[in-house]
Amino acid sequence: MTALLSFDNVTLRRGGRVLFEGLDLALSPGEAVHVTGPNGSGKSSLIRLAAGLLRAERGRIERGPVALADDTLALDRELTLSRALGFWGGKVDLALDAFGLAHLEQVPVRLLSSGQAKRATLARVMASSAPLWLLDEPLNALDADGAERLATLVDQHRASGGAVLAASHQPLAGDWRRLELGQGSRA
Amino acid sequence: MIGALIARDIRRGSSGLTWLPAAFFLLVVALMPFAVGPDARLLARIGPGVLWIAALTAALLPVERLVEPDRADGMLDQLALHGVADESIAAAKIVAHWLTFGPLLLVAAIPGAGLLAMDSSSLIRTEIALAVGTPGLAGLAVAIAAVTAGLPRAGPLAALLLLPLAVPLLIFGAANALLLEAAVSLLLTAGAPFVAGAAIRAGRT
Repeated sequence: MTALLSFDNVTLRRGGRVLFEGLDLALSPGEAVHVTGPNGSGKSSLIRLAAGLLRAERGRIERGPVALADDTLALDRELTLSRALGFWGGKVDLALDAFGLAHLEQVPVRLLSSGQAKRATLARVMASSAPLWLLDEPLNALDADGAERLATLVDQHRASGGAVLAASHQPLAGDWRRLELGQGSRA
Repeated sequence: MIGALIARDIRRGSSGLTWLPAAFFLLVVALMPFAVGPDARLLARIGPGVLWIAALTAALLPVERLVEPDRADGMLDQLALHGVADESIAAAKIVAHWLTFGPLLLVAAIPGAGLLAMDSSSLIRTEIALAVGTPGLAGLAVAIAAVTAGLPRAGPLAALLLLPLAVPLLIFGAANALLLEAAVSLLLTAGAPFVAGAAIRAGRT
């Protein structure tokens, strides 16, 4: 069983400050890791490192295809939700349905509430075929129903051989391995 | 994905104020007779140069909309995750930008030449030079847009960076030295995706 993501002795420096060093992390199919830590401890940076959007100062990072949901929308606001998500391809209808957005298909993205927009970014992750999901603060703006749907989908994704790396200061439902940042972290 | 990206950028570029750079171009041209006087011979002589100056200033208008909105909205990040190289994103943006900006400018140059009392042979020569030079201008605009994306007061800074770099296009374009104009335009168009791609990568935080 090969790891979907592995960090080997990774050090990250942002703006002259070391956020973490010597971080080791491996995610195999079926695993889920919840990154916690105080504000500014590098949770989001860890997610962006895992996505390949940032470069580590030291260490090696290996990964397969990933899908990312963070606090940016990356959907064209003037298009309808299904067309905007359709730009990114994948199983859009299925994902819209899974996040309870099916009735908003024909609504322009600019009219979505922040919770609906969050569901849309999570739906993009789900629609992609990437085995590794990277979720940055997935519960922000999400209501109880949204959080429940997310937990179910995360479980389904893990059962089908996927893995999830989520950063959140809120507790996540389900069975997560925890990685605490902020004090010489190891996991 | 590249085709979809070009189509998307054309759609976004041509919704709303597409005509704005062309209208600005005509406005700058229309100011010229007021500035130098209504002497038709003088206007016809400086006409090609005036059209080029107007084209350069009009090219500055859309620069802030080319890259920054997509950077701020996470579009560039998601494209990278979908396996699109930053250089390919930039190349797609150059193609889409030229298609929404170049042809309109070429059309606007026709009434522009009329305002400057240029004869038809002079107009045709200038149109050819503009057609050859505007792809280089589009490349330059996207590269500068990527370099300045996310900076405060990016608009004035972009103008300050773009205009000096466009001087070779201006010299060979206004002098109607078509081969040299084509060489400069080719260099800018071919180099811009790499500059813009590197800038997009460096801008990720």
